[in-house]
Amino acid sequence: MDLNRRELLAGAGKFIILSGSARAALNGDTQNYNRAEHWWGMAIDVSKCIGCGNCVRACAAENGVPKGYFRTWVERYQINGDDSEHPKVDSPDGGINGFPPRHATGVKSFFVPKLCNHCVDSPCVQSCPVGATFDSPDGVVLVDEKYCVGCRYCIQACPYGCRYLHPTKHTADKCTLCYHRITKGLTTACCEACPTGARKLADLKNPADPVHEFLRENNVQVLKPYMATRAKVFYKDLDGAVR
Amino acid sequence: MKNLLKESEHLVRLVLLAVVLVVGFLVFRKAVVPTGFGRYGHYRAPALDDIATRPISFAGHEACETCHDDQAKTKTQGKHAQVSCEACHGPLAAHANDPDANKAVKPNPAALCVRCHEADSDKPKSFPQVVSRDHAPGESCVTCHNPHSPAI
Repeated sequence: MDLNRRELLAGAGKFIILSGSARAALNGDTQNYNRAEHWWGMAIDVSKCIGCGNCVRACAAENGVPKGYFRTWVERYQINGDDSEHPKVDSPDGGINGFPPRHATGVKSFFVPKLCNHCVDSPCVQSCPVGATFDSPDGVVLVDEKYCVGCRYCIQACPYGCRYLHPTKHTADKCTLCYHRITKGLTTACCEACPTGARKLADLKNPADPVHEFLRENNVQVLKPYMATRAKVFYKDLDGAVR
Repeated sequence: MKNLLKESEHLVRLVLLAVVLVVGFLVFRKAVVPTGFGRYGHYRAPALDDIATRPISFAGHEACETCHDDQAKTKTQGKHAQVSCEACHGPLAAHANDPDANKAVKPNPAALCVRCHEADSDKPKSFPQVVSRDHAPGESCVTCHNPHSPAI
């Protein structure tokens, strides 16, 4: 009998064979997760981003991000000649439908994916008057939507423009670094969907994580270092024109 | 002694009042401060679990590869080895949970392939790109390319 593995599994109870993390994720199991063992961030290779918008769509699908609002988005930079002080930046619908192709010559242009930087010294956390937004013990900046009063202080405080007021919940909303996924052993939706590996979830407490080599071997910077936020989203080969 | 008690009566009233105020404050505090507030910091600790237990939509390539090992094997040998399944096929956790009830839909190559591979001067030069109009006009990408291992 010629049974392929899929047909076999369909009848044989797939959860017996699913690997540990895949099973934990599908069952919604966070039991094996120890917050003290992780310190989350992200490594972004700008030279690999093709502006396809997969990350933006994946984020919206995974997190139910309302239309017109973004937890992650992609910006397109264009620098004419030596005028790096005045880059042209656009992000039509956050890049959710990609970018219309163009054939420009003689200009420098590239894509920059953006998201919450999960700062260690987060201005948003410091400005929250009710303790609704906080740094989790594993280094993720989260919003307690049951406790948020929707005062918008954090939205103004974020130097990266990563927050918005949810149009129906009327609470602050932002990237959770897919906290509901990383606590189940999965990567974030944006990293899962990125076809070129331009963005990689990084566990800075895990000595085996490739992020350490990424930080050691490349020219890496964070956005707006002068804000002293100690951002944990690290950009490789980021042009100085990027704000 | 009797005199002393009588003279300190106002003090007893004061102490009683103080006790009532303190107990009242503690009861009020207990009522308004949510469970777990302050366990890790100035926030509600159970919020961590509220967020962590939200359902997932992307199953992750490991779950896909458990059943679709034939495609996974083809993919590891090709140029799309690093592209995870749901990058093209979309979020399929529902399908992974119950493959019979939730069928995966085959993506449309006309819309999908060009999303990444249409030539664009903004894309990094090292990334393989084609002007689809000139490359193979009117032809579907999958006529020549196997999307799981696209090199011809």
